[in-house]
Amino acid sequence: MNRRLLIALFLLAAAPLSLWYALSQGSVNIGAAELWRALLGHRDDATAYLVIHELRLPRALSAFAVGGMLALSGALLQVLLRNPLADPYVLGVSGGAAVAVLLSMLAGLGAGWLHVNAFAGALLSMFIVFGLSRAGAAWTQNRLLLTGVVVAAGWGAVISLILTVTPASRIHGMLFWLIGDLSTATQPAAGMIILLTGLAAAWWLARPLNLLMRGENIAAALGENPARLRSVVYLLASLLTATAVTLAGSIGFVGLVIPHILRLAGGSDHRFLLPASVLLGGGFLTVADTLARSWAAPAQLPVGVLTALLGVPVFLFLLVRAR
Amino acid sequence: MLRTEQLTLHIAGRTLCDRLDAGFNAGENWVILGANGSGKTTLLHALAGLRQPDHGRVMLDHVPLRDMPSRRRARRLGVLFQDFESAFPATVMETVLTGRHPRLQRWQWESTEDYSAAEAALEAVGLAGFAQRPLATLSGGERRRVEIAALLAQDAPLCLLDEPTNHLDLHHQVRILEWLATRAARPGHMNIFVLHDINLAARFGTHGILLFDHGECLHGPMPDVLTRPNLERLYHCRLREIHADGARWYLPD
Repeated sequence: MNRRLLIALFLLAAAPLSLWYALSQGSVNIGAAELWRALLGHRDDATAYLVIHELRLPRALSAFAVGGMLALSGALLQVLLRNPLADPYVLGVSGGAAVAVLLSMLAGLGAGWLHVNAFAGALLSMFIVFGLSRAGAAWTQNRLLLTGVVVAAGWGAVISLILTVTPASRIHGMLFWLIGDLSTATQPAAGMIILLTGLAAAWWLARPLNLLMRGENIAAALGENPARLRSVVYLLASLLTATAVTLAGSIGFVGLVIPHILRLAGGSDHRFLLPASVLLGGGFLTVADTLARSWAAPAQLPVGVLTALLGVPVFLFLLVRAR
Repeated sequence: MLRTEQLTLHIAGRTLCDRLDAGFNAGENWVILGANGSGKTTLLHALAGLRQPDHGRVMLDHVPLRDMPSRRRARRLGVLFQDFESAFPATVMETVLTGRHPRLQRWQWESTEDYSAAEAALEAVGLAGFAQRPLATLSGGERRRVEIAALLAQDAPLCLLDEPTNHLDLHHQVRILEWLATRAARPGHMNIFVLHDINLAARFGTHGILLFDHGECLHGPMPDVLTRPNLERLYHCRLREIHADGARWYLPD
């Protein structure tokens, strides 16, 4: 109990620190005092105000929202499928979004269209998988997993096909989108609202999810309705993933590993795990994105590369230490 | 407490029980016996309201189980399942506390009362001091006893247990069945077991249900149903009946 409280306090402190770090880094040098004044709305330093409010703050908040959504979605899908290898993309949501985005890029549509189409593609994939896995025989988590993995493989093939027929000059933008990139994420409000709503809904289901972890039979015997529970969890996780992918492409690793790091550190009680995943996932992606845009500046790296480069050693270290 | 009316169950085109009318009353320990695949677990799940009957119905406290809100049902009736999953790490205490779920409101956290119920349940299955152990470090028998402790923590007057003695050594088989049988003697309590061991059934059961092939189903007080001819027909093998210490014991011939 105390251990969890300690982790929660640490995460509550670390989340604003990660945002502060994101705001302080960049090509224009802004000191701590100026940053604070600009953040509070003082316009005496016009450059600092513009840089903070127009560039860094929207991007930092977007990164936090996307990281939080991915980690929350990953935690939900892992318990839904009772499979530790599940991540937000395992059921093909991101594949559908990717195909829609690459087709839009190929057609030369503007950035606004990319977001709309990405979301539409993600929703399409989500309904295909859910519809197919419910048709015919009885629902099992393995059936859903298999349906999702096969649909995702289908999207993968279409993505490869699009990449091979695309002129070389346009490939770069497509690759960035596929690896995950936050440079076009300038409207954090929608992401933040969906993240907070999603977290509230997920937290409401936290104790039933603890039962689901022991098995669907047990959840039913203890008074829950597993069929309704898994539908709600599936829709919630898919919507979170769809929103994250729409904002930033398919950033890997965050959704798979953040929940596991927290399970290793503080156990599997979802009342702890779900909010902690949002805080750690959000903070982690904010820091990774800041490094991605400042490390090799003026060049920007795709943040998906950074998340894996930072996260893999940390996770392996924790895994080895946990026996 | 629990009553079946014309209960009929089919699985894969086979009839498991046909128009069963049986009453289960407080103070009784029922044992369901039958060969592998005879439908013991399916019957238990139907009695628990987790499987809809193909015909007829199950009544709990004079209310059709199907119409009873599931949380209310879970406060009256608890189930121990045959198998369990463990994809993610959890401690013994966390697992046992899940049994308290039907007694907690949506946003409520476990109180000291819930913790003492969980500790008492662990004590009853001989796992006092195991509360903080991760499940992954337990043996099969200890893991089984954690599941039983979670059921006891649920504190439901009516317990349905699917092969509770699986994985348990002799000492714990007897100790836990004894504990549960004594519990059924408390006012308003009863148990329904699925067991494979005829001798444990004879020792702890007050009533029996025998599931034969082709949907034939015999039920009644244990001395009436647990006879050598019935058992030989039930298990398709010859049995030897031994009288010792004032009881009947059955061994395969």
